[in-house]
Amino acid sequence: MTATTATARRDDTMVSSLPPRPTPQRQFSARPLGVGLVGLWLSVIVLLPLAALTVTSFGDGVSGFWDAVTAPVALASLAVTVGLAAVVALLNAAMGTLIAWVLVRDDFPGKRVVNALIDLPFALPTIVASIVLLSLYGPNSPVHVHLNATRPGLVVALAFVTLPFVVRSVQPVLIEVDREVEEASASLGASNWTTFRRVVLPTLAPAIISGTGLAFARAIGEYGSVVLIGGNIPRRTQVASQYIQQQIEIDRPVNAAAVSVALLVIAFLTLFVLRVAAGRSRRREEESS
Amino acid sequence: MISVTGARKSYGNFAALDDVTLDIPAGTLTALLGPSGSGKSTLLRSIAGLERLDAGSIVIGGQDVTQVAPQKRGIGFVFQHYAAFKHMTVRDNVGFGLSIRKRPKAEIARKVDDLLEIVGLDGFQHRYPAQLSGGQRQRMALARALAVDPEVLLLDEPFGALDAKVRADLRQWLRRLHDEVHVTTVLVTHDQEEALDVADRIAVLNKGRIEQVGDPVALYDRPANDFVMSFLGSVARLGGQLVRPHDIALHRSRERAQSLDARVGGSPGVIEAVVERVVRLGFEVRVDLRADSGERFAAQVTRAEADALDLRVGETVYARATQGPDVTETEPALAI
Amino acid sequence: MKTSTATRLGLRTVALGYLVVLLAVPIVLILWRTLGEGVGAFLESVRTPAAISALNLSLLIVAIVVPLNVVFGVATALALVRGRFRGRGLVQAVVDLPFAVSPIVVGVSLILLWGAGGWLGGVEKLGFKVIFGLPGMVIATLFVTLPFVVREVEPVLHEIGTDQEQAAATLGASSAQTFWRITLPAIRWGLTYGVVLTVARALGEFGAVIMVSSGFPGVSQTLTLLVHSRYIDDHNTYGAYAAATLLMGLAVVTLLLMTLLDRKRST
Repeated sequence: MTATTATARRDDTMVSSLPPRPTPQRQFSARPLGVGLVGLWLSVIVLLPLAALTVTSFGDGVSGFWDAVTAPVALASLAVTVGLAAVVALLNAAMGTLIAWVLVRDDFPGKRVVNALIDLPFALPTIVASIVLLSLYGPNSPVHVHLNATRPGLVVALAFVTLPFVVRSVQPVLIEVDREVEEASASLGASNWTTFRRVVLPTLAPAIISGTGLAFARAIGEYGSVVLIGGNIPRRTQVASQYIQQQIEIDRPVNAAAVSVALLVIAFLTLFVLRVAAGRSRRREEESS
Repeated sequence: MISVTGARKSYGNFAALDDVTLDIPAGTLTALLGPSGSGKSTLLRSIAGLERLDAGSIVIGGQDVTQVAPQKRGIGFVFQHYAAFKHMTVRDNVGFGLSIRKRPKAEIARKVDDLLEIVGLDGFQHRYPAQLSGGQRQRMALARALAVDPEVLLLDEPFGALDAKVRADLRQWLRRLHDEVHVTTVLVTHDQEEALDVADRIAVLNKGRIEQVGDPVALYDRPANDFVMSFLGSVARLGGQLVRPHDIALHRSRERAQSLDARVGGSPGVIEAVVERVVRLGFEVRVDLRADSGERFAAQVTRAEADALDLRVGETVYARATQGPDVTETEPALAI
Repeated sequence: MKTSTATRLGLRTVALGYLVVLLAVPIVLILWRTLGEGVGAFLESVRTPAAISALNLSLLIVAIVVPLNVVFGVATALALVRGRFRGRGLVQAVVDLPFAVSPIVVGVSLILLWGAGGWLGGVEKLGFKVIFGLPGMVIATLFVTLPFVVREVEPVLHEIGTDQEQAAATLGASSAQTFWRITLPAIRWGLTYGVVLTVARALGEFGAVIMVSSGFPGVSQTLTLLVHSRYIDDHNTYGAYAAATLLMGLAVVTLLLMTLLDRKRST
């Protein structure tokens, strides 16, 4: 507002409802031609392939789709995938939050290096992740831990590639957290654990949930990092992406497409629930502030 | 000379400009004054061509520019948040318009240096906007707008993002600059003090319409309506009428107040009020009062008057209006 | 929260221990196994004709994908930030889609669209072999890298707003001049960051590419396919380690660039 003091302006009565955001002239906005090109590009690269996939999956009718998805081996691969992804997501929720905490609140020599290292799984090709883990936990394991072709092996591989999600979503929130709130809680007699559980955790929850969800969605579809260590044993360690790849190799495109669609639906549902949850908690934040 | 005729502009159901007609004489510094949402910025941006009118026309210097792109209107525009080109040095920012016009390098350099000297940024040529203070950035933006020798200079709340001290300094500086270069200037502001301080002419806008246009003295002394009166300067409500606080006289005796009031036409009468607070603001003294009706108002008196009255909280005084839109004093009377 | 030294040390130990077991030890081990045989052996292994061809193919794909992503990514970001068109929400969702789609599913989708008998399979008869050819690998890489440039440029465009562009217009700049002289320089670091992510992902993509590549050594193998085939088909573990180390080196370069750019962007 103005710096004038001797005014009797009554802003509440005079400020009528603010105008909606003005739309600048066309020059500063996207032109129809540009929007059309963008739409065409997205359609050819992203939408058309997925449409072809979906249509093919129903090539033998709805019952054909259903049979393909509920075939015992297919169903088993989906169950293994979802189960493993859930385990990995929970592992990430706990360890990711802990790592973020240590990186923000703790101080030790080499912290910056560790911080940079967190992004490595994003930068590292998944097949390299597979090789890297095999070298330690595979047949030639120097520590005699053999996780090759076991479910724990899959968990390790998936935990490797999904490591950054929770850390990187919790970290910025933790940096922004108002520490006075924690001090207030302590001054009211709360123990550290109580303060963490009742004051800090609720603030971090949206970030943890969103990071965990992203990790889950990534784990659901992962292929490169599990292809070497997983062993691809049907009903035990074969994940959905491996099953799909196998169906293409034996020329059963409808089966491959159907399980692909099932996988897509699971991933979309996860992300949709996340978006709703994030929207809700954001609204709650805004209301309280 | 800028002529806006019958300008209309709506955003959805919201009428930002509702049949606005306004003439801005060449060489003047005109302020568009109004509250948020009054349409003053929309009007300015329409003159610049940054908004397209739904109806009406805009003529700048005799040329109808209603359908002309902002690039070709011969304007200089200064934005509230400076719109500094962050990746360019001060020199490149100021020289941008000239380099677009493909002027020779030497000419650009000379002109930029001249302008930077005028706006007091000589020696800052190689700095980046991030290395300047807010006031310096705005002066750079002003130099940038002036570099292309615009026919009109348009300023959209140019000092709105600056702190009070810098605002006041820049205001004075802008006034002096205008007196030197005489470019037709339109300034948008919601700050009545700023408008009274720098402008030759003020147009008061409210709800997309122009309420009154005139020179500052006329608007202050003869406001066309209650809105203009209360927006420009401070007001008190005395017996249902709007009065300037310094146009309220206070008396200890009812008889004295009534006898003086009798000489005033259209007066709201003598109001009995209780003193709630006496605040000394340097030379002036503000007296907060509560009338019988429960209505609160403030009167502004000089220190000498206050000393003579010797007001204490809780005491009763008699207030009357000496001047106002509806009040005319037939002969000057002593305040006490 | 004031944590006691013991708690802090405990938390630190757990966190760092997890990272060591999961990240550090495996990576150090593979480096040791690769370079333990001598730098000469490593260089020899990554200089075989098949390896050089794989590197060239990977770089060729990057060289095609990056410019396309830059042009369409910036256009998409501009449309999303500045556009007021119907279906904006849909475009937002489509841009995020590739993050949610398994690479294998990408491969399957492309086979079903471009492969023999697919909707657009006809182009193969015209001599444009998509599946099991270079175009297929390029399209697969485009799919998985599509969001990066858009998502890095979008927030920058949001932040700079249109003030600078409007100022340029009032100073006489045409829209082309405004784009090249104002908009592009303003988004340059975000764009560069998006390009770095795109390059990293393009070099590293495996699942989607293996589905649409014929995978012949020396012809249609990218670096990641080379790692896979050396390990699985040739039982050449050392060769796989060496190729993986090469890719890892590229990843570390990426990481360094990301860290540097992050600092640039925040100034």
